[in-house]
Amino acid sequence: MAAADNNIIIRFIELIGRAVEAFGRILISFTEELGRVTILLTSALKQIILPPFEVKNTFKQTIEVGVKSMPVVLITALFTGMVLALQSYTGFKRFNAEIMVGTVVALSLTRELGPVLTGLIVAGRAGAAMAAELGTMRVTEQIDALETLATNPVKYLVVPRFVAGVIALPSLTVIADFIGIIGGYFVTVGLLGANSSVYWKRTWDYLEISDIYNGLIKSCFFGASIAIISCYKGFYTQGGAEGVGKATTGAVVVSSMTILISDYFLSAWLFK
Amino acid sequence: MIELIDLHKSFGKNHVLRGANLKVEKGESMVVIGGSGSGKSVLIKHIIGTLKPDSGSVLVDGTDIAKLTENELYETRKRFGMLFQMSALFDSMRVWENVAFALMRHGKLKEKDAKDIAIEKLKMVGLVGVEDLMPSELSGGMKKRVGLARAIAHAPEILLYDEPTTGLDPIMADAINDLIVEMRQKLTVTSVAITHDMHSAYKIADRIAMLYEGKIIQIGTPDEIKNTDNATVKQFITGSAVGPIQIEGVTA
Repeated sequence: MAAADNNIIIRFIELIGRAVEAFGRILISFTEELGRVTILLTSALKQIILPPFEVKNTFKQTIEVGVKSMPVVLITALFTGMVLALQSYTGFKRFNAEIMVGTVVALSLTRELGPVLTGLIVAGRAGAAMAAELGTMRVTEQIDALETLATNPVKYLVVPRFVAGVIALPSLTVIADFIGIIGGYFVTVGLLGANSSVYWKRTWDYLEISDIYNGLIKSCFFGASIAIISCYKGFYTQGGAEGVGKATTGAVVVSSMTILISDYFLSAWLFK
Repeated sequence: MIELIDLHKSFGKNHVLRGANLKVEKGESMVVIGGSGSGKSVLIKHIIGTLKPDSGSVLVDGTDIAKLTENELYETRKRFGMLFQMSALFDSMRVWENVAFALMRHGKLKEKDAKDIAIEKLKMVGLVGVEDLMPSELSGGMKKRVGLARAIAHAPEILLYDEPTTGLDPIMADAINDLIVEMRQKLTVTSVAITHDMHSAYKIADRIAMLYEGKIIQIGTPDEIKNTDNATVKQFITGSAVGPIQIEGVTA
């Protein structure tokens, strides 16, 4: 009996040991990866300021990240604004506060939904594309080929995508904010029959310029995060087609998580 | 002149290069042979500085590649051209843009002039009328040729070939061999090729070096290698499964 007890205790301790070990391994690999992302980021920031400037490439990437994401961002923003208006109108009606719908739509979009939803869309679209493209270039030795042609791959590949992310995200967010508010107006005034001038008055009365630019600061950060994480995942891809698949999934998952988690902390810091 | 001195390189627990020594004279064509996973690719990557040795040095005309700063290294690489195993063409660019890549980037040539040079280089490797195609529209052999045209476009002094005939049918492979010999005659370059294709090695090499267990175990002219007494080299060049070389992952 005592021997059996001892056995159980030993196995229990072993189990805990293994769990601690596994946790430690995750922590180490996370720290390692964070370190490598930071190194890539530092290298990219250095290459941004050193000539020659990758103007043509950056322009191409900005089109890729910004312009081509526009249809999805527009539809998402429009319907988000609409549903936001619909829900808050019916909700607020219960305590006769319908006149506040304009305010709720405007504040939610500029401070929160505009930057975050745009970020998530771009992470899914452009982030995945970046990781897949760079990953394929890595496994087919195109990145090595760049090096042998005396071209710094960080400068040639990462910098344009990084700059494109930082430019495109806030631009898309401005459009998303605007379209969302229009969508909210359309539902509140057009469909639910609220007073048009009250909607606009409530929108402008409580919306401060800081709501907009703090939202844009967030989206700049999201753009930088998506680009550097996705480029990192692609740049260090290993193991053929499967590796490219993993890199792409990883890029979308990690970028999205980074957006959602950092959003809380950025909001706590920016909107005191 | 290229000189590798006591080169060591490990990846984790895998000690790939274990004191490799190799000297390539100016204008010489050196072929490094060795089995799959013997570290040939690692060796050639050290010559162009995409890998740094754990210890030892890589001298190119007396300068240690491994000790250069990033910018100096990129500057030095302008003297090199490299043909990759799977050609590694940029699939987002047209054929001529691939060939003219270094010219436009470093030579600051106008697009029209760069394209003219690219067309001329493509002609040198036997390709006409493909300049506006995308790499995905080319066959394997054509891709290799475009890769070679890209490697020679900026008139390098040193050419590196990573398994130049791998993945090609025997006739196409021989055509690439002829092309490599022709390039050497026309361009007066120093070249280093890695391969496990003995037919190719005999054809393109002035000297052949065998890499085994992280070291160069024999260097000699193709004739010397053909008549070697070294059992390991003999096994490799005759392609026998029986001999001192253990086949990885297979137990007797």
